[in-house]
Amino acid sequence: MKEINILSPCGMLGYGFPIESFERAFQEHQVDGIVVDAGSTDAGPHKLGANVSIVSRMALKKDLVNMIQKGLHYKIPVIIGSAGGAGAKTHVEHTIEVIKEILEEMNVHAKIGVIWADFTQQEIITAVEEERIVSLSPNIPPLTVEAIRKTNTIVAQMGHEPILEALERNCDIIICGRSYDPSPFAALGIYHGMDGGLSYHLGKILECGALCAMPGTTKDCILGTLKADSFTIQALNPIRTCTPTSVAAHTFYEKEHPFILHGPGFTLNLENCTFTDIGNGVVEVKNSQFIKDDVYRIKLEGASKVAYRTFVLAGIRDPLLIAQLDEVEQEVLHQVQTYFSEINPADYQVNFYHYGRNGVLGEQEPELFTGHEIGLMFEVLAQSQEIANAICANVRSTYLHYGYKNRKSSAGNLAFPFAPSDVEFGPVYEFSIYHLMEIQNSPFQLDVMEV
Amino acid sequence: MKLYEKAKILRSKNSGPFEVTLDILFDNQLDYEDVKNSGKVTKEAIAKAYNIALTDIHHFVFFDQAYGIKITIARKISSGSPGDRDVYGAQQHAPLMNIDV
Repeated sequence: MKEINILSPCGMLGYGFPIESFERAFQEHQVDGIVVDAGSTDAGPHKLGANVSIVSRMALKKDLVNMIQKGLHYKIPVIIGSAGGAGAKTHVEHTIEVIKEILEEMNVHAKIGVIWADFTQQEIITAVEEERIVSLSPNIPPLTVEAIRKTNTIVAQMGHEPILEALERNCDIIICGRSYDPSPFAALGIYHGMDGGLSYHLGKILECGALCAMPGTTKDCILGTLKADSFTIQALNPIRTCTPTSVAAHTFYEKEHPFILHGPGFTLNLENCTFTDIGNGVVEVKNSQFIKDDVYRIKLEGASKVAYRTFVLAGIRDPLLIAQLDEVEQEVLHQVQTYFSEINPADYQVNFYHYGRNGVLGEQEPELFTGHEIGLMFEVLAQSQEIANAICANVRSTYLHYGYKNRKSSAGNLAFPFAPSDVEFGPVYEFSIYHLMEIQNSPFQLDVMEV
Repeated sequence: MKLYEKAKILRSKNSGPFEVTLDILFDNQLDYEDVKNSGKVTKEAIAKAYNIALTDIHHFVFFDQAYGIKITIARKISSGSPGDRDVYGAQQHAPLMNIDV
């Protein structure tokens, strides 16, 4: 059986990669496809909610130029998973536009397959009514029609099936909307008749670029090779190497369980996998098991706008103030509420963060505070930017001049690093949909265009 | 000995926006087995270190092939929502470091 070499240039399209690593893949191997993941929910709900990208247009184009050039030259597919970050319509369109620009500049033509992953509110409401939706984990509340109506952008993670269709239609470049991260890699393997379990497990490792190597990074290339009953993985940069432990450990990176991985319509069981060093920094993996689920479910993601934010950064060095920080802030809040008596305190929220004390862990911080300086950040969240700005300015001025008990520093309590001190942040989003939806037929639509 | 002295990797990361997953990885079987058999890294110890209920721990699994322990806990506030302090969940591992093993 033929071996299939899949090149993953980097962990995120637009993160960049050393061109030498990329070239080495073609010098030393017969590459069957270039696949790159472009998406993540790691940066929070803002990308999906505000329809913006994770990487800059310039960085996106820089990476794509190299990939498209090689892909067209060797007549191998270039597949982009979760285009534009969140993989919604705007993100996909943005990616199409950049690719068209590249093709035009190169003065070449290509067949582009675009797979959309967007859903309308009504489609999800119908699914709720038909009881086809469940929460992904126990701490996610059941999905309500009200929550759906507040959610502007809704996508779902596609499996390999629609990507397979694009490959069967001989697309040179495939742009996927939101996809399960390993799916674009797995699709290429499955297209070539490889085992689903091995293809998906390899995809799970390749989607982060060279993060599975030592030293690990998302900004370098990695090569995966699918064989009849195993796959191998190797770094393409001589400064990195893969070890059985680095690859095994990466298998469970960012997942909730080390060896049971849930994907669209299937479960991957990696409990009996073996990871073997077969020399020259090549690690061989066997026994990745693909188990088709009885019910086909896809993961929905939706973000909605919940508030507007204004925030302030300041330092506090006065030990007398640090010693009574909590009491002071309570009093500051009280004065602000009294001043804005016409605004219901339930309509806005003021949060104080104390870096140096418990800025990261909050109430869960186990260490006792012993420092001499506090990095203070406070934010105001309100239903409009105007209210957030107004309240934040009032919190700031009240805090700055508040005459706490035994104060000696009557000129001011806060050291602002910036002028102006108040930063208007704009809308704040939250993941309002993060649920599994049962489907019968693939809802992901493929458009093929000759450009 | 503290856990951070024995482990090669001690990290935290989001596993989706509603969970944080903690990975404890060792670079040799001996250290891994030592910790696994010490009875010090348990669901109860994690609940105590993070001041959370046992039901907030969604997974607690030893993965022998990777010499690793994986613990997945519920986020009180989902990633990037108002009040969240760690969007990537990347600095939530610290309470594990001082567990005596």
